[in-house]
Amino acid sequence: MPKRTDIHKILIIGSGPIVISQACEFDYSGTQACKALKQDGFEVILLNSNPATIMTDPEMADRTFIEPITPEVLEKIIARERPDALLPTLGGQTGLNVAVQVFEKGILDHYGVQMIGANYESIKKAEDRKRFKESMDAIGLDLPKSGLAYAMEEALQVAGEVGFPVIIRPSFTLGGTGGSVAYNIKEFKELALRGLEASMISEILIEESVLGWKEYELEVMRDLQDNVVIICSIENFDPMGVHTGDSITVAPAQTLTDKEYQQMRDAAISVMREIGVETGGSNIQFALRPEDGRMVIIEMNPRVSRSSALASKATGFPIAKIAAKLAVGYTLDEIPNDITKKTPACFEPTIDYCVVKIPRFTFEKFPGSDDTLTVSMKSVGETMAIGRTFKEALQKGLRSLEIGRYGLGADGKDNWDGEEPLGSKSSNSVREMLYEKLRVPRPDRIFYIKRALQYGMHIDKLHKLTHIDPWFLHNMKEIVDLEGEIRQYKVEFRDLELWSGVKNQEKLMIPQKLLRKAKTYGFSDFQLGHLMGFEESEIRSLRVGRGILPTFKLVDTCAAEFESYTPYYYSTYETEDETRISKRKKIMILGGGPNRIGQGIEFDYCCVHAAFALKELGYETIMVNSNPETVSTDYDTSDKLYFEPLTLEDVLNIAERENPDGVIVQFGGQTPLNLAVALEKAGGNIIGISPDNIDRAEDRNRFTLLLKKLQLHQPPNGTATSVENAIRVADGIGYPVIVRPSYVLGGRAMEIVYDEESLMEFMVRAVEASPGYPILIDKFLEDAIEIDVDAVADGERCVIAGIMEHIEEAGIHSGDSACVIPPFSLTDKLIEGIKANTSALAKELNVVGLMNIQYAIKSDVVYILEVNPRASRTIPFVSKATGISWAKIAAKLMVGKNLSELGVTREVEINHVAVKEAVLPFNRFYGVDTVLGPEMKSTGEVMGIDADFGMAFAKSQMAAGQTLPLEGTAFISVMNKDKRHVVFIAKKLSDLGFHIVATTGTARVLAKNGIPVKTIYKVNEGRPHIVDLIKNGEIHLIINTPSGKKPKADEVAIRSEAVVHDIPCITTISGASAAVNGIESMVHRGISVQSIQEYHAQMMR
Amino acid sequence: MAKTMKRENQRALVALEDGTIFEGTSFGALGEKTGEVVFNTSMMGYQEILTDPSYKGQIVTMTYPLIGNYGVNEEDVESMQPYVEGFIIREYSPIASNWRAQGNLGQFLKDRGIMGIEGVDTRALTKHIRTAGAMKAIISTQDMNKDRLIEKAKASPGLVGQDLVREVSCSAPYPWKSRFPASYRPLSPSRDPQYRIIAMDLGIKHNILRLLDSLGCDITVVPANTTADEILSFDPEGIVLSNGPGDPEGVPYAIETTRELIGKKPILGICLGHQILGLALGGRTYKLKFGHHG
Repeated sequence: MPKRTDIHKILIIGSGPIVISQACEFDYSGTQACKALKQDGFEVILLNSNPATIMTDPEMADRTFIEPITPEVLEKIIARERPDALLPTLGGQTGLNVAVQVFEKGILDHYGVQMIGANYESIKKAEDRKRFKESMDAIGLDLPKSGLAYAMEEALQVAGEVGFPVIIRPSFTLGGTGGSVAYNIKEFKELALRGLEASMISEILIEESVLGWKEYELEVMRDLQDNVVIICSIENFDPMGVHTGDSITVAPAQTLTDKEYQQMRDAAISVMREIGVETGGSNIQFALRPEDGRMVIIEMNPRVSRSSALASKATGFPIAKIAAKLAVGYTLDEIPNDITKKTPACFEPTIDYCVVKIPRFTFEKFPGSDDTLTVSMKSVGETMAIGRTFKEALQKGLRSLEIGRYGLGADGKDNWDGEEPLGSKSSNSVREMLYEKLRVPRPDRIFYIKRALQYGMHIDKLHKLTHIDPWFLHNMKEIVDLEGEIRQYKVEFRDLELWSGVKNQEKLMIPQKLLRKAKTYGFSDFQLGHLMGFEESEIRSLRVGRGILPTFKLVDTCAAEFESYTPYYYSTYETEDETRISKRKKIMILGGGPNRIGQGIEFDYCCVHAAFALKELGYETIMVNSNPETVSTDYDTSDKLYFEPLTLEDVLNIAERENPDGVIVQFGGQTPLNLAVALEKAGGNIIGISPDNIDRAEDRNRFTLLLKKLQLHQPPNGTATSVENAIRVADGIGYPVIVRPSYVLGGRAMEIVYDEESLMEFMVRAVEASPGYPILIDKFLEDAIEIDVDAVADGERCVIAGIMEHIEEAGIHSGDSACVIPPFSLTDKLIEGIKANTSALAKELNVVGLMNIQYAIKSDVVYILEVNPRASRTIPFVSKATGISWAKIAAKLMVGKNLSELGVTREVEINHVAVKEAVLPFNRFYGVDTVLGPEMKSTGEVMGIDADFGMAFAKSQMAAGQTLPLEGTAFISVMNKDKRHVVFIAKKLSDLGFHIVATTGTARVLAKNGIPVKTIYKVNEGRPHIVDLIKNGEIHLIINTPSGKKPKADEVAIRSEAVVHDIPCITTISGASAAVNGIESMVHRGISVQSIQEYHAQMMR
Repeated sequence: MAKTMKRENQRALVALEDGTIFEGTSFGALGEKTGEVVFNTSMMGYQEILTDPSYKGQIVTMTYPLIGNYGVNEEDVESMQPYVEGFIIREYSPIASNWRAQGNLGQFLKDRGIMGIEGVDTRALTKHIRTAGAMKAIISTQDMNKDRLIEKAKASPGLVGQDLVREVSCSAPYPWKSRFPASYRPLSPSRDPQYRIIAMDLGIKHNILRLLDSLGCDITVVPANTTADEILSFDPEGIVLSNGPGDPEGVPYAIETTRELIGKKPILGICLGHQILGLALGGRTYKLKFGHHG
């Protein structure tokens, strides 16, 4: 059936900000869908609040609304645009939920909009646990024993019937929020309550525990003619009990016979039909009892998902793109496969390699959070690796993780190196510790498995402790055994003369066959160097000298049966290399690796724009990245894609093969930047700013000299490499000071310290986060205004892309801070000063490309906090606010264009206001204090855009899930120095009709200023206290600034409770003042929507 | 539970008639075998492939690199024995991990005298077959002289015009009784026998028979050289011409039988059976550059 002709205009909903369980995979899916539908001639309308996406680039849709994803806003867009159809299956759970809401309100019917992809009925059938169970019963498929509950009493009854341990799953939430395991009644009561609160409809499913069962997923697609294909099977390394997003997963399934696979396949197809997913992709999860193969269905998602993005990258089959085409009427047999060009999309992909996905966690950012892996997802990113064997892929995956590891151990980073094996000698406590580490899944369990294998633990025993399939464990054992073989070639004493003679070198070193085998097992040169007592570079030259070179193979959807036209490669050690090296001018772009807090989608956005820009100029673009969620790893984005770890070894392998004319390290965040010096040394041509000038900006001493030379201001500062040294420096500068390691992103281990004692504590941690690099100590400028500037420069001229004023004062990491374009409180003179400083720095550092500078302004003095001569996190936001792709301009400058050639000669004047707000993951880390500080904690961002600041801010809050109340009760409790400032805020709230409650001190000040206020107990003062009120739903807005250096227990309780109950909680005075502004605008004007294309057009006038 | 064997390091060679050589190590029986080398793109089901009589005369390479993971069991066979001439893969799993596993693939092959070679760049081999076509080959753990092996590959008979069906067909008619194992539950429930069917065994896969059975067929399997009169004497309601190995023109008697049956009873042909039906109807067959398996 060809394309439908009865629909012309399609509304797509994106997934909003990056949050845990809903990350940039939806940008990848959404971008594919927008492109596919536009190419087919449809008019595409898009709603997505996340400015850091490629999807919200103005070219991707006809009209793009960067507005909050709420039913009210969606209705306004529908009323304005009158689309024919709504495609809700590409925006994750957010997209599906909001589509359900507008359907239920009758909005779709009212405006005559039909849902395509999945209809209301099938979404309900898949999402509503009760109806899902009925559907599965109808087609004879098993589910774990279970029951639904809507209140605690009911929940206890169901738990009694099912028996402990039980799994508690709230219905209608994001990615298993609140899903948890209870082993006893006490735990159950607490977790059930949290689950009921997390569910949008206060419904939880209490389920038979299938902990330890084997877990599988199938990615399935169906068309309007009822053709169904399986795109990919996935087997989880971590068994049931760990959320699939937090599991190491492997594609294809490894330990299923064909019979079992076919049974699963049949089941998946009948699920698709029964649920009635008309078209598109779905993800179906199964659990299998390892003793007898009893198969149960866990869940199905009637939409594209994180797993479908992974399956797309793992197979080369673009699920989201095909899903979009199926939604508008095409059938699978009508859509050609881009890669083979010969086969249609109804051919199920087959692969001839093994894919391993490993999640990336950032528990170190949330001290006190529980790092046990459960059915509720906690990872913030993932990396994917491709190898010809599981062993190779696993080791490549581990070294892609950016956690300082080079594979499965054997890299000198294990803290138990040199310990006695678990023999009779070893103490019981070591053994008990190890057993516990194996039994309880945590991010580092894989390394403890390695340790146990090294100690000689039998696979059966390991399986009993971990429930991980023996096949995986045996493969790990083979890696460990080979490590033992390699260790025999360790050189104890390095006799330089012996080493320099090639003949003796042969005698000393590992046999050719073993070295080759080590490479096929995925060992990195670094690991081999560690095992044999050499530097990584020495192993590399030995290996290359012996002709052991990687071969690059194609990802082609068909296991080489048909010729492939898409150059999507992975490295392995085999006999045949399939790269086709062109004679064109080519530029290699290094991506950012797995998403983590501090380095996320914003950098991928920049890499993608670099690829687009250089394509425009006729260059061949070569993308290197290991992140399966991204647009950069779409085979469509660049001319060539290498799905590889971003380590020196792997990048050099590609560079030596491709011999690019230039390498871009500026766009992928800190990961590629860290490789810059080594790449240049190895002969790579790093384009843009020179690594030496990067060093001048990063190295604190050289940076100070630089500023001195330019006569610019810097807060008093120093560097230290030891604790004693640090104390001396801090004494000289005077407390409070900010301490942080150099060469890290996202303010890792960065803190404000007020006294010597805390300084000592932090030094220990900081040295750990960045060993070998000095610790930076700066005077902390209290209450300063913080400014972020993004600029482009061509070596001669510098043009400001955007000046952003932070809403929170200095001291809060810029990534976590809300910020505004244009600045709202700066005088023209200060702005001129900032521009002059920026230009001077760009010129002195000879910046070619992007530059980001952070300024602090105190007492009308402009201080420079840091200069980052690279793409910054704010580039996409600035681009969306100003209507110019700054990353594209920068990429063109880097290959030799200048600003006047590109027509970029002066700053953009905008006549609207754009606010960027950070989105924080505290709802995943229960009990962790939500106060912001200099260490970045946010996972994503949203943008609010409108004619005035108040409304733009209100929209940004709404988009971030913190909808500001328009009426009700505000609770205010602030530290002494804020009490004076809060009066005006409270007055405004009171005038707007809010009731005010406050703790004693704050209440006294407010009352004195004539504001009606009710005093309320602090937690330790008596009952009912403030937390009781929050729990009862009597508080609608919280303004609570931290009272001292260390958070007090009751403040933490207030803020945590606010997170649980979704009550906006503001922890700074400037934030509170912006919030009041926002509420005022909402009350007086009401919300309206406008596309960014319209905003940009208004600027042109 | 897990059954582990040691990985071996007996060297093995694969030589193609066009002079291409691949090296690997043995994980099955030792020896030397010739055959036509073909690839299969299935990611699971190696046991079914090994025991599929259609592969008589062929050396099979799997495009999926990791083979042997779930071991072998008695249920997942397509015939009573493996028929492939040899099995070439990238990496053999010395551990068999599956609740139905009764043994390792390596031991299974050794017990049945089938050669297995691992450590081969099977993607390169597959690409070679794709571009140069399926061709004659030899595998050996005995003779490490590459030139001699290439000569032996060239001299081997190949598939064209050969009657391989004779070697895989049953010797006398028998009623099909066995059903799907209890562990495999097809979603459509089995029906009681209501249709009398004759299945001509040109190298039939048991799964075809199991599926016919589950669809309510009462099946009698007959040898490939059964005459039309003998088949009609069963008074069948339908006839199935099965899959099988090699060149359809190498089985003139089956073509003749089919020609006599056309118009008298409904006939279903699968794979080789389908080609034979085509020839019986007056069509012609020619060999493709390479077949699609998987």
